Amino acid sequence: MGLEEELAGIAGAYGGTGAPVVHPTRTDVVVVRRGEVVVKAHSARDHAEALRPRLRAAASAALTGVMLPPLTPEVLQVAGRAVTVWPAGRPVAQDELDDAPWEEGARLLAALHAVPLTGLPGLPAAGGPARAARAVRRMTADGPVERLVRRAFDGLPQELFHGPAPEPFGAVGEAGPLPALLTHGDWHLGQLVRRGRWLLIDVDDLGVGDPAWDLARPAAWYAAGLLDPAVWERFLGAYLASGGPALGRGDDPWRRLDVPARALTVQLAAVAVVNAAGESRELDEVEHSLIEACNRIVRV
Amino acid sequence: MQCPKCRGNMRTYERNGVHIEQCDNCRGIFLDYGELETLTQMESRFHAAPPPPPPAAGPAWGAPHGGHYGHHGHHGQRSWVGMLFST
Repeated sequence: MGLEEELAGIAGAYGGTGAPVVHPTRTDVVVVRRGEVVVKAHSARDHAEALRPRLRAAASAALTGVMLPPLTPEVLQVAGRAVTVWPAGRPVAQDELDDAPWEEGARLLAALHAVPLTGLPGLPAAGGPARAARAVRRMTADGPVERLVRRAFDGLPQELFHGPAPEPFGAVGEAGPLPALLTHGDWHLGQLVRRGRWLLIDVDDLGVGDPAWDLARPAAWYAAGLLDPAVWERFLGAYLASGGPALGRGDDPWRRLDVPARALTVQLAAVAVVNAAGESRELDEVEHSLIEACNRIVRV
Repeated sequence: MQCPKCRGNMRTYERNGVHIEQCDNCRGIFLDYGELETLTQMESRFHAAPPPPPPAAGPAWGAPHGGHYGHHGHHGQRSWVGMLFST
């Protein structure tokens, strides 16, 4: 029996009915939906030991109304892969971007960052920095574009990618002590679903970290000239108005955003380079604007 | 030219295209025909000018927003939509 059939069987065991539908997602993850139940086989890289506290955190009362709770707080094992079971939610419509819930996403991130770590199981470090480093490592070619992206990466504080998990209360950085708070670790519009209200999904990178990384992907899009400044202002404004703690006091949000937004720019550029190479095509205009942003980063 | 008020010596200055005679002695200022109107017009233009836009909030390495540099006209582009929704 293949993995997808096994996942469909688990969905049935948790009450999912109807024909299984395999959801398109990252190549290292398999998601099968049957009616109201979604079963996810995590990346072979994600170890059950790291996933377990993340899943229990999502199941905890402290995250009610912020993250989608799983149908079971246990991590299952199928063919050596960690598997989790979820209620189905309605994702953001990709063809209705004008109505995308940027403010709701920002408010949920602000609420997530405000959850005290003391009420949660001991969590690993949030996965954002490791994800950026992996994206850069996946570039195997050594052309001028790859070298530029690597140079932009090398200009980042490398202790982010090699250091120990951040201690709560934080290390002292250039912009004052960095907060070590509950952080999603991989936020984008695909990480929102609606079940009566909007909720965050995906616990794979949930952990203790610098919450500015959760704002860094939209920040990188904005800095690359891709995200409409008005949308960025709405997103950032909703985060700050909800009391989001990631950006510290003061009137310059970029003091805290600069490093994570540079890291996400590098990550997005690296992913674009790898995708284009895999499809034997040139970078398109959108992807090229990320390379241009890397070029500006190494020149500042 | 002599100051019409105190008979002191008047010196000619040019300020923003307007000739001004100023008395070295009493500091009085003499305007030629039309120069008061010119100054009044300049003053009203100064007050009517919109305040300069605040500098774009963003990092030093950010794209110059607006003008022909902005890329955010690509809302429907497949890679942009894909990027909004994926890791």
